[in-house]
Amino acid sequence: MNIKLSNAQIAWRAAQDIADGAYVNLGIGFPEMVAKFQPAGRAAVFHTENGVLGFGEAPPEGQEDWDLINAGKKAITLKPGASFFHHADSFAMVRGGHLDVAILGAFQVAETGDLANWSTGPKGVPAVGGAMDLVHGAKHVAVVIDHLTKDGKPKLVQRCTMPLTGVGCVTRVYTSLAVVDIEGGRFVLREKLPAISLVALQSMTGAQLHQDGVIADLLVPDL
Amino acid sequence: MDKRVASIAEAVAGIPDGATVMIGGFGGSGAPVELIHALVDRFVATGSPKDLTIVNNNAGNGRVGIAALIDHGMVRKMVCSFPRSSDPRAFTEKYLAGEIELELVPQGTLAERIRAGGAGIPAFYTPTSFGTELARGKPVAEFEGRSYVQERWLKGDYALIKAEIGDPHGNLAYRMAARNFAPLMAMAAAHTVVQVTRLVPLGGIEPEAVVTPGIFVDAVVEASRPEQEEALVRAGTHYA
Repeated sequence: MNIKLSNAQIAWRAAQDIADGAYVNLGIGFPEMVAKFQPAGRAAVFHTENGVLGFGEAPPEGQEDWDLINAGKKAITLKPGASFFHHADSFAMVRGGHLDVAILGAFQVAETGDLANWSTGPKGVPAVGGAMDLVHGAKHVAVVIDHLTKDGKPKLVQRCTMPLTGVGCVTRVYTSLAVVDIEGGRFVLREKLPAISLVALQSMTGAQLHQDGVIADLLVPDL
Repeated sequence: MDKRVASIAEAVAGIPDGATVMIGGFGGSGAPVELIHALVDRFVATGSPKDLTIVNNNAGNGRVGIAALIDHGMVRKMVCSFPRSSDPRAFTEKYLAGEIELELVPQGTLAERIRAGGAGIPAFYTPTSFGTELARGKPVAEFEGRSYVQERWLKGDYALIKAEIGDPHGNLAYRMAARNFAPLMAMAAAHTVVQVTRLVPLGGIEPEAVVTPGIFVDAVVEASRPEQEEALVRAGTHYA
């Protein structure tokens, strides 16, 4: 079965769950795409670790101001109502429970909510950035992820085998095939692509998918 | 009271071998390029300072700023959260050759350790890194049913930071996201040296607009046309 959502479609689905006025941190890379797909009439306020709330899109090329960047060191612009603050305040917002949603990428997510997203192992130069901070404090810690690794292994697993970013921190996972909540140390399947059977989905998942009520169709526009 | 210093070279003249130097900036935003390059110039001329421990979010980019300190062999140890960049050669080569030490600290923990150092708080508990390899060997305690890791303060002998506006008392205001670690490092270092883009007379900054009060600052020097590190990196500049 080759049918799966693109990264843009996964980001679109994650964006549908963000409420108007929510304070949101999007991880560097793929999760940043979520900002593009906010539903009409809803405006989230985006936080970046290096000290900005209320930033907008990248400026046109040639108009970058390198004092105005995001955590990925990309140039950004400000929206009306934006604010600046230093790093300790920025991470007080993170750990202090003031963010509504953090959306991150991942290598592996365990049914316990453990997350591995910062290191593939001891080779090379280790770098952690704000990943270990971001998984603590936000009311919802969501992950956007391909359901399988490039060589076809499940990214949703019983226990992470890669170095952990945080323990029991993830609350929801948006994959290329499904939407899965983590509740009480279990994966609870909420939505799946209608073209994929439950049996096929389970075979591509490294831990038991539990059912709790209706499994909705995961319906996403062409993007 | 007048904390103004006549030249950038004079501003960094007192930093000794083996010092822990906190350097402001997040990528190119807030990087005090002129102060760092003055340190390189001093080393090229005199062989000092060396064996430095540098505290910054990153570990240099390209061949300028902190990367130039590393290239010149002035740095013994980096304390940072993310030693990667668009061009991380300087640090990567020395690290993989075993010629530079790395203390990897989660970004928010790094900020809070520096803040604690400046605030007289020797240790604190944070949820960050609990259950991960970065918590290895650190005390853990439970509060209200959750586990937290003990982290210790981080203090500097010197801080080198950049501000947009400063006055002779060392009161500072910053430009956009360039403030990042600077207000924390100013608190946490025994000697804080600031390059300001605009030096104004006393009263030139509205008291309500002061972000870093002068009590945390020891020396102010004007660098009225500062280089932007990101622009230097993109231009392929090599500070030798």
